[in-house]
Amino acid sequence: MGEMNVAEEIKTSIQSAAGDDEVIQIVDMHKWYGDFHVLKNINLNVKRGERIVICGPSGSGKSTMIRCINRLEEHQRGQIIVDGIELTNDLKQIDAIRREVGMVFQHFNLFPHLTVLENCTLGPIWVRQTPKREAEEAAMKYLERVKIPEQAKKYPGQLSGGQQQRVAIARSLCMNPKIMLFDEPTSALDPEMIKEVLDVMVGLAETGMTMLCVTHEMGFAKTVADRVMFMDEGEVIEENTPDIFFDNPRHERTKLFLSQILGH
Amino acid sequence: MSDVAMHSYAPGTHPSLPPPIGQAGVLLWLRANLFSSWVNTLMTLIGIFLLYKILPPLFDWSVLEAVTNAGSRAECREISAHGACWAFIGDRISLMVYGFYPVEQRWRVDLSFVLLGLALVPVLFDKIPHSKPALLYSCCYPLIAGWLLLGDKFVNILPYVDIGKNYLILSGVQTSEFGGMMLNTVVGVTGIAFSLPLGILLALGRRSHLPIVRAVCVCFIEFIRGVPLITLLFVASTMLNYFLPPGKTFDLLLRVLIMVTLFSAAYIAEVVRGGLQAIPNGQYEAANSMGLKYWQSMRLIVLPQALKISIPGIVNTFIGLFKDTTLVIIIGLLDVLGVGRSSLADAKWNGLSTEVYVSIAMFFFICCFSMSRYSIWLEGKLDKGYKR
Ligand SMILES: Nc1ncnc2c1ncn2[C@@H]1O[C@H](COP(=O)(O)OP(=O)(O)OP(=O)(O)O)[C@@H](O)[C@H]1O
Ligand SMILES: [Mg+2]
Repeated sequence: MGEMNVAEEIKTSIQSAAGDDEVIQIVDMHKWYGDFHVLKNINLNVKRGERIVICGPSGSGKSTMIRCINRLEEHQRGQIIVDGIELTNDLKQIDAIRREVGMVFQHFNLFPHLTVLENCTLGPIWVRQTPKREAEEAAMKYLERVKIPEQAKKYPGQLSGGQQQRVAIARSLCMNPKIMLFDEPTSALDPEMIKEVLDVMVGLAETGMTMLCVTHEMGFAKTVADRVMFMDEGEVIEENTPDIFFDNPRHERTKLFLSQILGH
Repeated sequence: MSDVAMHSYAPGTHPSLPPPIGQAGVLLWLRANLFSSWVNTLMTLIGIFLLYKILPPLFDWSVLEAVTNAGSRAECREISAHGACWAFIGDRISLMVYGFYPVEQRWRVDLSFVLLGLALVPVLFDKIPHSKPALLYSCCYPLIAGWLLLGDKFVNILPYVDIGKNYLILSGVQTSEFGGMMLNTVVGVTGIAFSLPLGILLALGRRSHLPIVRAVCVCFIEFIRGVPLITLLFVASTMLNYFLPPGKTFDLLLRVLIMVTLFSAAYIAEVVRGGLQAIPNGQYEAANSMGLKYWQSMRLIVLPQALKISIPGIVNTFIGLFKDTTLVIIIGLLDVLGVGRSSLADAKWNGLSTEVYVSIAMFFFICCFSMSRYSIWLEGKLDKGYKR
């Protein structure tokens, strides 16, 4: 009983302190894969409209962290509150959060047996119960926004990597998410295609979408991010505005990483 | 050399040209496919020789010298010493098709075959008008067919159920009067229609995160796969009644149908599981992150892809199942093979087993070959656009 109350109190205090603007709150979140402690004491507050870039060496737990936000991975300690809903084992709440959080994957993960248009309308029709006509109109609007309306009738297998990733972004946008998560959206792409995808993402940032983006595109981080987070071995080492992060990193580990990624 | 080939264009101005022509033609095809090397030529010649040795005599036997009108084997042989005696098949065809179904009621079997054909259309082909009500009809077909074939007896084949006479308009026909091709079709179609959904559920269950569901599915699949169908049929014919209170029986054909369905479902489950395993994790993740519920993501995302991969295996299982319907002979049901064999005993037509077995083989071949062709057509259709 006592413990329950304490937990309740902490929760309410967090919620009231945070106010309405906080769309994601992560408090002392830990995760293990078996014995392996992948995420250690993650704390993160994201305000509505904020754009956060997460970087770090391979295996540092970046993907794992953002996948915890829509429960593709389960955390074992701490709290994650998305849009005022705490992530627990309650399937209803998980579904409610997933409806509000869009995700774009490194390998696109488009549905190969559906056309581009069907990929985009599937979520609205089945999850949001939007009438088909309406869903298609909205999908065309988003396909125009990512500059590939002419590909609507094709299958994903017939598109280039950059086009596929833009479809994946449009597919997420069709759900009208409040938050967009990107997990290395450009790292499976050729340089020419990276630009077309980044352009779309910059455009999206300009509309005021809340974005969490795992990426090694430092140019994108400099122009778009409000904050840059650097992770290593499951911990957030440093978190700062892009100016300070790139020009005056505080930690040795960050300097080393930046020199490796920007250096040459 | 055409003009176009000689043209030279400034860099960046080369137009798109039609592909070169003249790469087809019968002679070219022959040379490329039949006479491209001396090995190939030799094989072609041997092939032609074999065809020459086999086809004309076969044609002679089955068509040119065949007898279609005769009263007994002796008459047949009088007309033609070496031809096939199809008159025998003609004499027995109704028995081979309908078994012992009452003669004046056989229109019900015909009608249910026709309705089966109609019920298959919306299941097999997706681009037809009014597909929703048509599919609804297909789902109701098993009930319609059961009522047509059994009449009054339809509900009575279940244990514990016994409703009054003539409640269902059509006069009752016992399942023991079923036989011939009709019996094979009933067993085969029922097995196919029910084992696919059951198999899919078992495959999903075997991959479930719920330990109890998984354990039940694994046990079921492994048990059924580990036992020969014949054994299961014996179990159906003798043992199942031990589980019912004395005096209550459970229709034999119904027991066979259940066993055949379960048997084939276990195989389908493994075939479908193979398909499910081929679906990358990213597909599940994309479906989940959209907020699709488990059943939605299975129905809309995972199963369409997994079933497409599994088509060859599924059809393989169905073909096996259809041919295995002849095994019911060992528990005393007379399917087409059983009827055929027993008619060989007729003294009047003694010694015409070739004709009988050839006809039965043709029946199975036509059914199985159509399934095979359909599956190839379906694969091709589903492949379109999928790949680059
Ligand atoms: N399912 C899993 N089981 C066990 N360990 C895992 C699993 N998934 C990831 N890991 C481990 O967790 C750590 C973090 O993985 P994660 O994918 O989050 O890294 P990342 O920072 O995204 O790396 P990258 O930049 O290469 O994508 C890695 O050491 C990885 O080996
Ligand atoms: Mg990663």
